[in-house]
Amino acid sequence: MRGQRPGDATLCQGRNGDGGAADPQKPLLEIRSLRKKFGELEVLKDISLSVRPSEVLAIVGASGSGKSTLLRCINLLEEPSGGEIVFANRHVYPNTHARKEELRTHIGMVFQNFNLWPHMTVLENVVKGPIHVKGIPRKEATAAAKNLLASIGLSEKMDAYPSRLSGGQQQRVAIVRALAMSPKLMLFDEVTSALDPELVGEVLQLMARLADEGMTMLVVTHEIAFARDVSHRTIFIDQGAIEEDGPSGEILVSPRKERTRQFLRRVLHESIS
Amino acid sequence: MDWCFPLTIVLHWWSTTAPYFSLLLQGSKIALQMTVLTLLFGSVFGLIAVAMKTSRFAPVRGMAQFYVWFVRGTPLLVKIFIIFFGLPQLGINLPPYIAGAFALAIHTGAYIAEIIRGGLLSIPKGQHESAAAIGMTYRQTMQWIILPQVIRVVLPPMTNQFIITLKETPLLSTIGVMELTLTTNVIVQSTYRPFEFYIMSAFFYLAMTSMLTYVMGILEKRCSVAYGAAGRRQFPSRSAGRGGVAPAPS
Repeated sequence: MRGQRPGDATLCQGRNGDGGAADPQKPLLEIRSLRKKFGELEVLKDISLSVRPSEVLAIVGASGSGKSTLLRCINLLEEPSGGEIVFANRHVYPNTHARKEELRTHIGMVFQNFNLWPHMTVLENVVKGPIHVKGIPRKEATAAAKNLLASIGLSEKMDAYPSRLSGGQQQRVAIVRALAMSPKLMLFDEVTSALDPELVGEVLQLMARLADEGMTMLVVTHEIAFARDVSHRTIFIDQGAIEEDGPSGEILVSPRKERTRQFLRRVLHESIS
Repeated sequence: MDWCFPLTIVLHWWSTTAPYFSLLLQGSKIALQMTVLTLLFGSVFGLIAVAMKTSRFAPVRGMAQFYVWFVRGTPLLVKIFIIFFGLPQLGINLPPYIAGAFALAIHTGAYIAEIIRGGLLSIPKGQHESAAAIGMTYRQTMQWIILPQVIRVVLPPMTNQFIITLKETPLLSTIGVMELTLTTNVIVQSTYRPFEFYIMSAFFYLAMTSMLTYVMGILEKRCSVAYGAAGRRQFPSRSAGRGGVAPAPS
């Protein structure tokens, strides 16, 4: 409403500044031999991967293959059972010293069910984190939040409650809520799976824009076309292990392993028929 | 001719009881005061009990569990007698009003603890997770995200508890608290008109519970502003699945 057209403002600092130049060669996130067990069930078996700054990594696989668990281990929503996680040169796991909360201010997460806080307006949802977790003064945080909302075209919904928004709008607010914390890494956990098909596009568009601006993103998704077009690299996880890991253009168009081919056939076949 | 008879009965009833209205009102005032005090202190006890129940330390959890078990399993009247008649044997002499309020608060606290616990359980796990993912501490999550939502959810059962407590206040007449029922008893002893006065007393209780229900209803409406049309509903939605804010997970 204040003369800001969607697409004008940047959503994140991306490549241009990150509080200390991120060396594009040094990995932002390194996972070594990560294991996760729920009781007797081994959900993640010896996962190793590394993510460079501004890299967009798509994670695909069947339900129950461990994709969400992998994401949730990174920001310690789940406690790993073994292995190492290193983020921005600091040990995330195993680590007894650092507080989880501090780590999470640098990693943003968007959930399948949006998880907006229903008793607060859209604007309040976005400013809550910056004000109470980061201690940013209210005026400053509110101005920044208004800019973010304007840049995704949801200014007029600023004072509305989440119940008034469509699913796509809610999810975009959820993304902006995470971005308001200026994270170095964004985790997307099947963020379009709960949306009506016609609303999926607007969310994917926002994510593509974010990728363009250089945000480092890990995206667990079933949207193969999105993974192919927007992500740099794709990982196919099957039963807790990484089956394939390579450039998205290769993996998703001509995969090397048979399991990957089977999976893609199933997913793409379902969406066509 | 037909309506004359009931009319005379009502007029007789009114003229008998009307001179004692100020006394009945005084008794009602005491009953309401007891109820409000009980709900306030009972909520404090209940909150503490719930906090203890979610503690990491087993002994702390055990104490809270014992409290709820013992209080819910024993009659209120017996607890009133323990506190008013029993404690003096240990040297603790509490005046009737204090003893009564204390007994009621302890009693109600256990029920309120379970109400709050139910309310906490009803908040979707995703609310905790999104707060954690933003970097909020447990305390911040509770303060800003969870408890505000719990308040709205527990209003109907708390209204219930309010009304139950009001109707429990007559038990305090056994220890000499001049609430509405004891007041009515005393009036009856001097006027020898139990029928008229107990019925009038019942109407006084009805007026108080109706008022309470109305006030709580306003509170409920105020808390449901955020939830739009879905929130203004008074009953659970009949349409399949998709109530609430977010669409059902796939």
